[in-house]
Amino acid sequence: MELLIRNGTVVDPAAGRTFESDVLIKDGRVAAVEKKITARGARVLDAAGKLVTPGLIDMHVHLREPGQEHKETVASGTCAAVHGGFTAVAAMPNTDPVADRPEVIRYVLEKAREAGRARVYPVGALTVGSRGKELTEMGALREAGAAAFSDDGRPVADAHVMRRALEYARMLGVPVISHCEDLSLAAGVMHEGLVSTMLGLKGTPAAAEDVAVARDLILAEMTGGRLHVAHVSTAGAVRLIREAKARGVRVTAEATPHHFTLTDRAVAGFDTNAKVNPPLRADADVAAVREGLADGTIDVIATDHAPHAAHEKEVEFDLAPFGLVGLETAVGLVFTELVAGGVLDVVTAVAKLSINPARVLGLSRTIAPGAVADLTVIDPDAAWTVNRAELVSKSKNTPFHGFKLKGLPCATIVGGEVHLAARG
Amino acid sequence: MPVRHLLGLADMPAAAINEFLENALPMKQIISRDIKKVPTLRGKTVVTLFYEPSTRTRMSFELAAKYLSADTVNVSASASSMAKGESLADTARTVAALGADLVVLRHPSAGAPHLLARMVDVPVVNAGDGMHEHPTQALLDLFTLRERRPDLEGLKLVIIGDLLHSRVARSNIWCLPRFGVDVHLVAPPTLVPAGLAALGVTVHDRPEDALPGAGAVMVLRLQRERQQEGLIPDVREYARLYALNGERMALARPDAYVMHPGPMNRGIEIAPDVADGACALITDQVTNGVAVRMAVLYLLMLGRGD
Ligand SMILES: [Zn+2]
Ligand SMILES: [Zn+2]
Repeated sequence: MELLIRNGTVVDPAAGRTFESDVLIKDGRVAAVEKKITARGARVLDAAGKLVTPGLIDMHVHLREPGQEHKETVASGTCAAVHGGFTAVAAMPNTDPVADRPEVIRYVLEKAREAGRARVYPVGALTVGSRGKELTEMGALREAGAAAFSDDGRPVADAHVMRRALEYARMLGVPVISHCEDLSLAAGVMHEGLVSTMLGLKGTPAAAEDVAVARDLILAEMTGGRLHVAHVSTAGAVRLIREAKARGVRVTAEATPHHFTLTDRAVAGFDTNAKVNPPLRADADVAAVREGLADGTIDVIATDHAPHAAHEKEVEFDLAPFGLVGLETAVGLVFTELVAGGVLDVVTAVAKLSINPARVLGLSRTIAPGAVADLTVIDPDAAWTVNRAELVSKSKNTPFHGFKLKGLPCATIVGGEVHLAARG
Repeated sequence: MPVRHLLGLADMPAAAINEFLENALPMKQIISRDIKKVPTLRGKTVVTLFYEPSTRTRMSFELAAKYLSADTVNVSASASSMAKGESLADTARTVAALGADLVVLRHPSAGAPHLLARMVDVPVVNAGDGMHEHPTQALLDLFTLRERRPDLEGLKLVIIGDLLHSRVARSNIWCLPRFGVDVHLVAPPTLVPAGLAALGVTVHDRPEDALPGAGAVMVLRLQRERQQEGLIPDVREYARLYALNGERMALARPDAYVMHPGPMNRGIEIAPDVADGACALITDQVTNGVAVRMAVLYLLMLGRGD
């Protein structure tokens, strides 16, 4: 079975360029990238006016399976992923049970195979039960398929444990993804600032993140381990990571669409869909995150897709769980806020959604003959309105309901197989 | 446009605030009569839903409803549904199904009344939500001040106490500057929430810096738990540095009013002679609280245009 993507604008972030071309896919691999391809009998996908990019990867997703299938499953989550243009996701290990044993990693991979949609790269837990005490058998988890290690959802409170984790992961050649939060400072349910004061909600200061990022950077520098800072949200964290990179520390970082789009003002009215961890921050932080994306301090855009059922969010603000769903709104937010907003050019934006996360996870993503045909086709001009009822994720906890966005994935191709997004 | 709920004063137009206060005047006349009852709200049912104990506020609302001949049902949710794990959403549906005409909610979570207002069809009155707002308290404070000084323009009011946790302070901070009051705040730095100065008020570390020229001083209750939480080193030290005593009052104008939302910790945040002094409006505040709440119940249940 052949697939011909015709008349698209190929975005090749590895080469830093875009060019008009057809792309032919054969047996799950890219067969040719040329100006005019004729392939009789091939299924044709007209991509005129559209971008053909390396398959997007969301390296920070919570699929909730096993354990909390009422929020999301591997099947529903990967369905949301392909709807959002993602050919692959990295699944965080804070499931129930925690992915701290090879069986859980294998279970998630099996579910992903059954679902047959986006690729799933499970992240193994860094410590047993993600309790922050003893390291997991990282070698065995790696063999079972863990692409990285993290206790995401909670920080590694003990600096000694973090040191050992970075050392051990270095030996395995995989990154440690750190949820940077100093719990003694982070007692709040939103960002500490004028808005938390006005709403009478307990705030978590930006310093709770800055302090933890500073510690992890120091430990990464000391150990030579690869540190990936998850969901950077503060101006202080951006500055610290920028300085560490300049010194040669092996650190990469990600930011989420909600942290570069929304401020803590989104919480006004006590909208629990805007309750996330790390919290939505102040204007200066949002500006700093955008600056960090623009100057390369922040390598990756990831969603921290965190589904929660409606009844779990329909409670008093301080009782609601943290998290929002991000897979299906990410591309629209990137193209609207960052590309149309003049923060990133298309090539850089696509790099942060594809080859950069691939590099962090040790994967490859190219559009070249012979490469696995994981591709995303994006209509950069499609205007659409976010409607929570149309989300295919099991949970609908988005603060972006009603947002008018420009930029929509229109085909997600995994191993040569087309998963068309039904929206738009 | 008539106000449907009383959730807070931050977003309430000054005209709506004035309407509540104007209606409190005739209500105050009713409660100064021998027979304190008018048939205005006969046949209406007010549910007071208290997820947090507060005898004073609940009694004030209940009396307000009774003086207007409404029936009252009191639900102390801490004892019943909350303990059984019933969510506020479930309770809201129950209250609606029981046919309440208005719900008064006291809740430890900020925003709980907003959640309730989205789920029930009847007016919701916020009787204090976490650290967020206590709008009827601020209305009665404003009413009490205006009784003494109809034109508040230029009045310097000093609020002393735990600003971080105080919903009374917040509601007053939204409300009073709109009526020309020059609001000054005093608290230990550990009890000052972030960003306050951006709200057009002046924040001081020490009472001595704030009190000169004050025409009114509002003292907030200090919860002793703040010491356990590590926010103040010691309650006695707090009293030494922040209590409103005669010496500190002498820094204010000689005719300065003293206010307190109650209940008072005499000898901690306020010295007994100041609390009982000639300029103290503390008992007026209690009486006016009933009148203001009568006005609120009346306007939300009958005065609405829709
Ligand atoms: Zn996290
Ligand atoms: Zn996460």
